[in-house]
Amino acid sequence: MPNYIYNIPMQEGVNIFEEDFWAITEALNRLLQGTNARTILLIDKAGQLITSAGDTSSIDVSSFATLSAADFAATSQLASLIGEKEFSTLFHQGERENLYVCLIADRVILAVIFDQRTTLGLVRVKAKNTANELEKIFEDIFAKLGKEKPQQKPFDIDFTKAAEDELDKLFGF
Amino acid sequence: MALINYASREINSKIVYYGPGLGGKTTNIKYIYSKLNPEIKGKLISLATELDRTLFFDFLPVDLGTIKGFKTRFHLYTVPGQVFYNASRKLILKGADGIVFVADSQIERFDENIESFQNMEDNLKAYNIVLEKIPIVLQYNKRDLPNITSVEELQKVLNPQNKYPYFEAVAVQGIGVFETLKEICKRVLLTLS
Repeated sequence: MPNYIYNIPMQEGVNIFEEDFWAITEALNRLLQGTNARTILLIDKAGQLITSAGDTSSIDVSSFATLSAADFAATSQLASLIGEKEFSTLFHQGERENLYVCLIADRVILAVIFDQRTTLGLVRVKAKNTANELEKIFEDIFAKLGKEKPQQKPFDIDFTKAAEDELDKLFGF
Repeated sequence: MALINYASREINSKIVYYGPGLGGKTTNIKYIYSKLNPEIKGKLISLATELDRTLFFDFLPVDLGTIKGFKTRFHLYTVPGQVFYNASRKLILKGADGIVFVADSQIERFDENIESFQNMEDNLKAYNIVLEKIPIVLQYNKRDLPNITSVEELQKVLNPQNKYPYFEAVAVQGIGVFETLKEICKRVLLTLS
């Protein structure tokens, strides 16, 4: 078992070590409590969910992560068309639920879902603090990765064999 | 490279269906969706125009089950094939672990296949990915139509060195759809070991 627990599919493959992963989770939980938000998701730019805090039971998390990343990617392109490097935050207002999205360390998307139990102002301020905190964590991770070569092949051939059997079973019609 | 979460023991891989407009990418995904058991598939999301042309992408998550203790899941995406949607295409390609190139076998679409393949190579380059570094499976679709290019001709231009596995397909009838999906899934998982 390697001592990192995450592998983000960015160009080089970014690994998040265990202690960093728990630091990230704690930061999200603090944001959740500090804002009284409903759900917080941390998503990579390719649309994969990294981790979440709060209630995810009523959300299709995969779809939400994919669409948030796509939303952010499309908005970034809009920004570049008018000469901006990035629109660093997005806000979508609904009748009951709202969504606040911001970019962290240029690589990771923080999405906060909240309702009338809190306010946009509070979410924005607290999310900014969390973004700064997470940015430091990610900078540390990238610095560490410079020193320690990530393990690129985490699974053995037994895994591939088992996966192939499963694929035959599932798609063998 | 796939997203691997050692904490929740999950592996998520991204597979992108690429190819010229109206080639059958969305048809592949829709057929897969229609045939899979509800417990292993997620919601099919289509960001399409009113005329059912893909505007941004289609998305379908598929659960492979638990393999050696890891919950393994594939995220299937299609790109919009129409030439002028390149910005969207490039965005969807980000973080792809494997690509299915769906070629349109019709004679009048021959050049569009070549252009689309070249466009895929260019877009991958923008992410510093060369064709040799990513699993690719070719699907020669619409083999049931009368006016089609031979597989040999298609191979000559899209797969001259026979580097990629290829499948003949009639996606609208489901022929070749799961064979293609199975092959790309295998090749993506092989990159993990």
